[in-house]
Amino acid sequence: MTDLSASPAPLSLGDLSGDPRRLRTEAVMRALLFGAALTSILISALIVGSLAKEAWTFASQVEWATLWTDGWFPRRGLYDVKTIFVGSALVAGVAMLTAVPLGLGAAIYLSEYARPGVRKVLKPALEILAGIPSVVLGYFALTWLAPEVVARLREDASGASLAAAGFGVGILTIPLIASVSEDAMRAVPHALREASAGLGARKITTTLRVVLPAAVSGLVAAVIIAVSRAIGETMVVFIAGGGTGGSLFTLDPLDKGTTMTAAIASQASGTDQVVGEALTFQSLFFVAAVLFLITLGLNMIASRVVRSVRQAY
Amino acid sequence: MATITSPAPEASRASAERALTGGKLDLTGRAFTLALQLSLLISILILGVLVWDVVDTGSSVLAERLGDFLTGTMKSQADTSGLAQGIRGTFWIGVFTVVLAFPIGISAAIYLEEYATHGRLTRFIDLNIRNLAGVPSIVYGIVGLTIFVKAMQSLTGPESNGQSVVSAGLTLAILVLPIVIITAAEAIRAVPQGLREAGYGVGATRWEVIRHHVLPYAAPGILTGTVLALARALGEAAPLIMVGAASGFLTGGTSYELGSLQDRFTALPQIIATWAGRPVGEWESVTYAAIAVLLVIVLIANAAAILLRNRFEKRRA
Repeated sequence: MTDLSASPAPLSLGDLSGDPRRLRTEAVMRALLFGAALTSILISALIVGSLAKEAWTFASQVEWATLWTDGWFPRRGLYDVKTIFVGSALVAGVAMLTAVPLGLGAAIYLSEYARPGVRKVLKPALEILAGIPSVVLGYFALTWLAPEVVARLREDASGASLAAAGFGVGILTIPLIASVSEDAMRAVPHALREASAGLGARKITTTLRVVLPAAVSGLVAAVIIAVSRAIGETMVVFIAGGGTGGSLFTLDPLDKGTTMTAAIASQASGTDQVVGEALTFQSLFFVAAVLFLITLGLNMIASRVVRSVRQAY
Repeated sequence: MATITSPAPEASRASAERALTGGKLDLTGRAFTLALQLSLLISILILGVLVWDVVDTGSSVLAERLGDFLTGTMKSQADTSGLAQGIRGTFWIGVFTVVLAFPIGISAAIYLEEYATHGRLTRFIDLNIRNLAGVPSIVYGIVGLTIFVKAMQSLTGPESNGQSVVSAGLTLAILVLPIVIITAAEAIRAVPQGLREAGYGVGATRWEVIRHHVLPYAAPGILTGTVLALARALGEAAPLIMVGAASGFLTGGTSYELGSLQDRFTALPQIIATWAGRPVGEWESVTYAAIAVLLVIVLIANAAAILLRNRFEKRRA
């Protein structure tokens, strides 16, 4: 006869807490993953840290008169900031004139008009365009866009110019605008379109008066992100802008010129070390710091626009 | 009593349309549709012209001396220059990205999606990553120059002034890290919650659920994002200029041995940028041939990622 009084040992708290080895793995993995997440903060710190010191050296030691001359020639000690700011603005402007209509048009077509079969073929084509490296587009801008497109706008502008670079950057940002704004339009609930059609609206009316207004925050964000990308693009302007070594101040996009990004790259290229006037090396950090702040500001505005205008459906 | 009159004439799509529009053509609508189609067509046409240009101009070099072009080194003459040093540099940059950016990026994404509570720190990390993804590549180049080339010179290349493929690889790894994190986090977010709850229900720890259920389910999405990030790293040129990739004369730079990692280097995008600055007439065909080689590498990666995504989207649907 079995002894019924020998009941199993009562469960202690330790038995419920689980296998210590599994718990240790859990804790170790959690710590490792957390460490990985923290590296992103480390990278930000590295960016700010590497920019701040030399940028400050430049800002505090430069003679202010050299910041407002008639051209950007850092190796000769002429740091005319308006040349590179206006250059960046011109390139971004030409880029947006190209990319906003084309990108937005493509997005509306893909989201509202294209049949699923057509969409399945055309969308990957746009994604491939997005994957083309910017050096490649830069050379394409120099050897094809400049003689075939820009030269038609003015006869003597056949080589490198800010406009050629602008078109190149525009092509680069078309897929970006198209994909962000298509996502925004596809997020508009179908019921809105059906309600509009039910009231007798034509397709164009539904698209322009219902879908676009409902997606407006996404569209605005798409354009702001594209502007930020255009300002930050280096290689296209470096190759097709024609401002290697320096540039005179110009307001005409058909002239040769340089931007903030290309100015940094052309100082660092060609020679092993950045050489020139005493502050040439530091000027590069100053421009990079300004560039960093501008793009950071634009990206913050873009995410704020999305949040503040977004309607909860 | 209602009388049943003759049955209504069968409405066809055409007759219904005529009744609604009064027989008038919707000209604005047509024009609008046409404009939309045109804008998409132009974008794709540009891609076509670009590819045609590359093939048309670059093919002569590739046809005449492909082997010599891929194994030769940079020269001052266009007709004898080759890409071996560039391919080697681009290979190592890819290795650095895969070895550093992928594991760290995916781990960070796992933490943010699976462990992080909705606190202030998490929000800050999240915002920070989004902002990092928008920082221009030239700024990452400056970081590479300050940190890897100058501050860490004893590690990255004491003989080459730090201008080594180690510096370039590290720079591009941190450049694509935010992209890896964002795409991996999206893939992990798409994993159905029920999968996790089933795991917890049978007593699995968080890590066990992640390891055995979340990661396998999210793998294709993560892979797609990481491959796109790799393509981005291989095509970037601006950071290479800052880090000091050799643009003209470079001896050696073809060895794949680990010991050569600290030597001076160059990479495909840097070679293209350099040759792009030389007289177009003489150098155009070699430059386009080099572009063709870079495009083949980058586009294969991109196409693989897109195909992979489409296939898994179809299976899940």
